[in-house]
Amino acid sequence: MLNPHPLPQPDTARPRLVVVGNGMAGIRAVEELLKFAPDLYDITVFGAEPHPNYNRILLSPVLAGEQTIDQIVLNPLSWYAEQGIDLRLGRKVTRIDRVRRVVQADDGSETPYDRVLLATGSKPFMLPVPGKDLQGVIAYRDIADTQAMIEAATQYKDAVVIGGGLLGLEAANGLMRRGMQVTVVHLMPWLMERQLDDVAGRLLQQSLEQRGLRFRLGAQTEQLLGDEAGRVRAVRFKDGSEAPAQLVVMAAGIRPNTDLALDAGLHCIYDGRGGVAVSDTLQSLTDPRIYAVGECAAHRGITYGLVAPLFEQGKVCATHLAHFGIGRYTGSQTSTKLKVTGIDLFSAGNFSGGAGCEEIVMSDPAGGVYKKLVIQDDKLVGACLYGDTVDGSWYFKLLREGRAIADIRDKLMFGESNIGDTGHEGITRAAAMADSDEVCGCNGVSKGTICKAIKDKGLFTLDEVRKHTKASASCGSCTGLVEQLLMFTAGGDYSKPPTKKAMCGCTDASHHDAREAIREHHLLSIDAVYKHLGWRTPNGCASCRPAINYYLISTWPKEAKDDPQSRFINERSHANIQKDGTYSVIPRMWGGETTADELRRIANAVDKYKIRTVKVTGGQRIDLLGVKKEDLPAVWKDIGMPSGHAYAKALRTVKTCVGSEWCRFGTQDSTQMGKDLERALWRMYAPHKVKLAVSGCPRNCAESGIKDVGVIGVESGWEIYVGGNGGIKTEVAQFLCKLKTPLEVLEYSGAFLQLYREEGWYLERTVHYIGRVGLDYVKKRILEDAAGRLALWERLQFALDGEPDPWFEFSKAQVDLRQFQALPAVNTNELVGAK
Amino acid sequence: MSNWIRICRLEDIPALGSRRVQREQGAPVALFRAADDHVFALLDRCPHKGGPLSQGIVFGHSVACPLHNWSIGLADGCAQAPDVGCTTKFSVRVAQGTVMLDADELRSLALHDAKVAA
Repeated sequence: MLNPHPLPQPDTARPRLVVVGNGMAGIRAVEELLKFAPDLYDITVFGAEPHPNYNRILLSPVLAGEQTIDQIVLNPLSWYAEQGIDLRLGRKVTRIDRVRRVVQADDGSETPYDRVLLATGSKPFMLPVPGKDLQGVIAYRDIADTQAMIEAATQYKDAVVIGGGLLGLEAANGLMRRGMQVTVVHLMPWLMERQLDDVAGRLLQQSLEQRGLRFRLGAQTEQLLGDEAGRVRAVRFKDGSEAPAQLVVMAAGIRPNTDLALDAGLHCIYDGRGGVAVSDTLQSLTDPRIYAVGECAAHRGITYGLVAPLFEQGKVCATHLAHFGIGRYTGSQTSTKLKVTGIDLFSAGNFSGGAGCEEIVMSDPAGGVYKKLVIQDDKLVGACLYGDTVDGSWYFKLLREGRAIADIRDKLMFGESNIGDTGHEGITRAAAMADSDEVCGCNGVSKGTICKAIKDKGLFTLDEVRKHTKASASCGSCTGLVEQLLMFTAGGDYSKPPTKKAMCGCTDASHHDAREAIREHHLLSIDAVYKHLGWRTPNGCASCRPAINYYLISTWPKEAKDDPQSRFINERSHANIQKDGTYSVIPRMWGGETTADELRRIANAVDKYKIRTVKVTGGQRIDLLGVKKEDLPAVWKDIGMPSGHAYAKALRTVKTCVGSEWCRFGTQDSTQMGKDLERALWRMYAPHKVKLAVSGCPRNCAESGIKDVGVIGVESGWEIYVGGNGGIKTEVAQFLCKLKTPLEVLEYSGAFLQLYREEGWYLERTVHYIGRVGLDYVKKRILEDAAGRLALWERLQFALDGEPDPWFEFSKAQVDLRQFQALPAVNTNELVGAK
Repeated sequence: MSNWIRICRLEDIPALGSRRVQREQGAPVALFRAADDHVFALLDRCPHKGGPLSQGIVFGHSVACPLHNWSIGLADGCAQAPDVGCTTKFSVRVAQGTVMLDADELRSLALHDAKVAA
């Protein structure tokens, strides 16, 4: 059948994308689309405001006089021109004709489309009271409103803000900063009731009152009264009282802007906040040519108003528009932060508790600090913080991950830094830091540098800050601080919300997905994994390929082939690369014991190969630093000791004290136990490095308490501790069990390590593995299931049986010896052609 | 006008790997072989802190520097944004499985960069 309404002929061959709405959600989706498919569409963007895309969240700092409008522009007009986008500013779209596939605007124009992206955001809810149309009664939504408020503050004295939520308080604070007397009117008994519980709400009120704001809580607005000139002069309440106001700001809520969608016959929902009903690919349920993102879209019945979910939607929508079809949006968890300078407040999840919930509360009203954590079924489900919010992002992370918290419950209230944090002791509040203060100790990045990059480059996510500044890109322990700076500088909470984290940019698969696929489908090569899971890149990247290689060889020992080109240089050259490109060599000394003969050979090698530095390591070994790569095989051979694997994600050392053989306090032969463990476990590759220690008595001279597996001899046997770590965060190992014999120590330690090898994610230390699965789970597998424990121990022995020493068995260990020789470029006799 | 000299056979370079070429003068040149058998040559120094790129992990047409994980494009020698900086690139010719570099370039390009020790 012929189409009775022929399509308008496009003047180019490219499909047309019409974006309705020039705000943060729509333009973010366009940016993502341009990244995936720069030339796929002819793009037209309609914006009702006469401004390019700006950061709406930062209107509050603009109102408060802390930033200017120019500073909050995200995409200058030149950006649209460079991208070839047809930008129609100050034009309102009036109708979408889905039959003829054209978009009509208020200037009478018709723009044909192949796809439409609705990003119309929301509109303010105006209280339907008499007088709402008087002059001086405005909403708080865009630049024009903000300018009207700034303007009013220069002429008038009294303002009333209706609505004591996030937006209302930010407006009130801004107007007060501009010199107005401000009264906040709120229907509910306490402020920000959707984000705060009553205690925190009252603390907030007190602190805002101290700054000069006035409040009318539980007050119902009846009428707005005007003067002869038609301008508002006062607000009258139900009880008959009045408050003077020459400016009234309505901040009593927002509604998704669905006018266009309804008119076009798209299915919209009305539950909750409402919005255009969209699928997991952000297509409207009614018409797959029409997408909707941001505050106007309702996904699975939920409308999001915060930036992180909107950006996530934008990304998924862009992949679909780009015909990738890989992404699905499955919803987000959100958290809240008030942008009133000097007030720290954070909430997330179910902070009000209820049936089946437990609460941990810390309240210090005099000190202005209040924290409430809500726990359900051994998981953190909500947090409400006032006055000290430094751990907000940590709580939010725990909440999203749904991690069991029994093991950290007693420390939970005191925050992440209380679990032992080295490197930036003493800094707790990002806002209080000076610009010159260092945030990232690894890369030497100051607060000022980070804030400048966020502002100048328009950064929104932790990942972007890491890429641009390197802050928190190394050890990651300042992540919480950097997230706080993002909140303060860019507004909102920009930490990435998904609970399932993709391994890297090459894939949407998580580490868990990859491990599962390899095990379930018996995958034996990196290519097979990439194919099975639909990797986007042909051979991965430096982040995912080593991980997949490890998963293959740990899941299918003797079957999957190790790929040296998928290993980091240290594991390819079996030595540690140093900053000048030389290497270090650390031979294995069983249990930390050596002999005169070995020391003589080491000394001779040091002289012969002119090795500059000889150093004793923390793990009781000898480190030879400054070895040239071409000398490595000869140094190994001359020293004649096994590889120490000090360069590998593998068993490093078993540190020991002298034990009962010499020590007058020793109760057990710790040195022999250490040697036995090291001989049983060496050549064991793992998700990350693995360090052991054995002490012969509870004085614990081998520091067993901060090792992946720590063994402590006591009069009646051995105590086993797991998950210790002496690194960035000093983590004290947790008691696993007490054993009688050295053979049991081998079996239990080996079984635990095999469990970690089979289930740990690449680059996850034992402490983080245990944190993820819970110590109870480990106990169940190792202590309560004797057959399972034995099976684990046997699998480890099978995997290690016959494994080569890479310093001597080159071909068996797949050491490519060509890497130790440079190719000459001097043979000019072999001239092969001149042209 | 190019003055090609033979360096090695294609199979002398491991796939998704590299070899170093020692010059008479100047820092070595790193030869890379991508999975699709494209061969690239860059000065063996990362533009960041001089790390030996030949020791990095090769993926696609990029290499990750072993020192601080900068991604360097093999075709142009330039760091992937937002990092900035480029290392010198050298012309490569592969004919009948023989990998060749330009003798004039080897003799003249990037001679005075500080030497990389590896």
